[in-house]
Amino acid sequence: MEKKKLQIAIYWGAACGGCDVSVLDTNEFILDIAAAADIRMWPIAADGKYKDVEAMADGELDLVFFNGAVRTSENEHIAKLLRKKSKVMVAYGSCAHIGGIPALANQFCKEEIFERAYLKNPSLQEGNTTTPQPKTTVDAGELTIPTFYKRVYKLDDVVDVDYYLPGCPPAPEQVKAVVTLIVSGAALPPKGSVVGASDRAVCDDCQRKKEEKKVKKFYRPWQIIQDPEKCLMEQGIVCAGSATRSGCGVRCPNSNMPCRGCYGALPNVTDQGAKIISAVASIIDSKDPEEIAKILEGIQDITGYAYRFGMAGSYLQRSIR
Amino acid sequence: MAKTISIDPITRLEGHGKIEIFLNDDGGVKDCYFQIPELRGFERFVVGRPIEELPRIVTRICGVCPASHHMAGAKAVDGCFGGELPPLAKKLRDMYYHAHYIHSHIAHFYALAAPDFVCGPTSDPATRNILGVVAKVGLEIGGAVIKARAQAQRIQQILGGRFTHLVWCIPGGVSKGLKPEELEEIKPMVANLYDFTQFSLKLFKDVVLGNPEYVDIILNGPYNLEVQNMGLVDENNAPNFYDGKVRVVDFQGKEICKYAPNDYMNNVAEHVEPWSYLKFPYLKQRGWKGFVEGIDSSIYMATPLSRLNVADRMATPKAQEAFEEMFGTLKQKPCRALMASHWARLVEMVQNAEMLQQYCADPEITGDKYRVVPQGITGEGVGIVEAMRGTLTHHYTCDSNGICTSANLIVGTTNNNAPIHMVTKKVASAMIKPGVEPDQGILNLVEMAFRTFDPCFSCATHSLPGQMPLEVKIMKNGEVYREFRRKC
Repeated sequence: MEKKKLQIAIYWGAACGGCDVSVLDTNEFILDIAAAADIRMWPIAADGKYKDVEAMADGELDLVFFNGAVRTSENEHIAKLLRKKSKVMVAYGSCAHIGGIPALANQFCKEEIFERAYLKNPSLQEGNTTTPQPKTTVDAGELTIPTFYKRVYKLDDVVDVDYYLPGCPPAPEQVKAVVTLIVSGAALPPKGSVVGASDRAVCDDCQRKKEEKKVKKFYRPWQIIQDPEKCLMEQGIVCAGSATRSGCGVRCPNSNMPCRGCYGALPNVTDQGAKIISAVASIIDSKDPEEIAKILEGIQDITGYAYRFGMAGSYLQRSIR
Repeated sequence: MAKTISIDPITRLEGHGKIEIFLNDDGGVKDCYFQIPELRGFERFVVGRPIEELPRIVTRICGVCPASHHMAGAKAVDGCFGGELPPLAKKLRDMYYHAHYIHSHIAHFYALAAPDFVCGPTSDPATRNILGVVAKVGLEIGGAVIKARAQAQRIQQILGGRFTHLVWCIPGGVSKGLKPEELEEIKPMVANLYDFTQFSLKLFKDVVLGNPEYVDIILNGPYNLEVQNMGLVDENNAPNFYDGKVRVVDFQGKEICKYAPNDYMNNVAEHVEPWSYLKFPYLKQRGWKGFVEGIDSSIYMATPLSRLNVADRMATPKAQEAFEEMFGTLKQKPCRALMASHWARLVEMVQNAEMLQQYCADPEITGDKYRVVPQGITGEGVGIVEAMRGTLTHHYTCDSNGICTSANLIVGTTNNNAPIHMVTKKVASAMIKPGVEPDQGILNLVEMAFRTFDPCFSCATHSLPGQMPLEVKIMKNGEVYREFRRKC
């Protein structure tokens, strides 16, 4: 009996397109995907229609890869539509998984963002007081543009999610492994699982030598020439590797740069940022409060280090302003 | 009663936009607006972060051209620190960037633009995509395209440790160098990429130039604009993608200005309209004169075509040959036929491949002086690169601790906001005729106008507060007459 082709959709919310590129980066495998599956919608590369999705039966899609965060009512609407039409929904990439870089905006309110873009920008037309409006009347009629939510949400804040495939973007090898598993028809892991990643920490897979972690001074990456063989944290460079799930291929530390945590928290941890802060605190080589304070002066914007990707999924969530 | 019909949505661009076409009673076009329903937020939320973190945050403006934002950001950060980069660091960054260009140009030419030409502008929309292209040209060529793009990505990975969202450029240089054995892995890939650029030019000649109908659309269709041209050039006025000065030339070939990155604010300003979240840059010295064409217009475009329009020559020999052949065939320089941008993209790719060849042959490229520790903080920097989709400006300031105090971005596609708005109206007016029902083929011909710009509205709006699908609404008597929405 001929096996029925898998029906899949790939969609982006508030995203950069890097997740879509990570699918393309499976290279020749993309032809295997096309052979095993009908790609019913993939905006960046193929013509899939909104109305076609609306016309689908509930559960008609076997699999949806949803990348990007949820920022607008439109993002939420489409996430809900795709949820209804799909059997398995995967939060694909850091933004759908934990909010990602867009969620750094949760530290600021919408008005501040607006002011900066349209009223206080150094290259604006002199004397500009115009800001975009939801409705504008022009000679020919009325023009509209949407309004936005006050904060960024991760995907499972608005819909039920079956699996999480982390990474900014997910490593193509991991994408291949997950797609191969689904196509094979083998039993899938329990609902809610993180797939395409390891249960270990980035540190566990990092080849740098680890000895004693005791730090008298923190450095920013440009302030010292790093020893390429030695743990970055032991050199005083804040690195999220100990509190971040592995699976990326240790790509940032292998580039001589610290991990910023894009694969999210380790299993059974809710607040990745708190773990990163805790890791930093634990290596300070002093018991004297004054000295500790001085050592900590070496770290500015700890929020931006610890919650680079995970703000929307953390206990912090957003600025209340 | 006015009817609303939904047909094929509009795709094959990065990010989202909205077109509103207002019709007269007779069915002709009364007015047309190209709107961007996304809000930028990026410039606000990088403030307060360590300045060296910005290049690894701004990559997330766009996952298709992350290296453009990374490099422009890194150069702005370099400015904040003052001091000089080691020459090897500049070479490595430039080498990386050429590979990045090839990856992006391949993706646009084959996946986004080629369906209109290989499958045909009015062909069945169900197969008017990259799979339709592969079906038409064969798996062998399809495989060659995939292989070439993969090699361009792999070269970036070897050089910088990552391709999408690299973390490699830091104040004082780059975080890792190139080992001799890694260079040996790159060399055969570069050889193949060079061959691939020649193959792509031949394919363009066979498929597009070999078809009189397409040549007619390119040269005589409504896809042209009399606006000014912008592009980054080296000291010989040859295109340079990573470094140089911004040259602006009017559409008759006269230089309007040539400015260094630090001087961008004297040359470019941004106009705001209430009906779009995306601003409209213009030539500041000329002032905002509205959406008008003409030799005095302050509207400019920044595209592969405009880059070649402002260039006197290419930087490498085979690219020069392709450049001469292109303008020889077009019989117009600067060229106003926007579709020629697809050709210009392929000419640029030849220069990218030849530059990679030069770097592979450079005995210093595997050296170890790729980084220095910066000695001071001067507090302000402007970085300009040519992103694939237009001149990209990042302007940062920081305090004495190197904490970001402001950021201003004028992004590739943003430069083209006004020209896209203008040409969409022009093409819609030419294609939608009184008394004729606009079918999907006619509307795709409208879409092809903005597609020549390879627009990236993820970039232009920094994508952050959300995205909307691109949709077209045709209004008649104040009501929605027809509605087209693609995707998603």
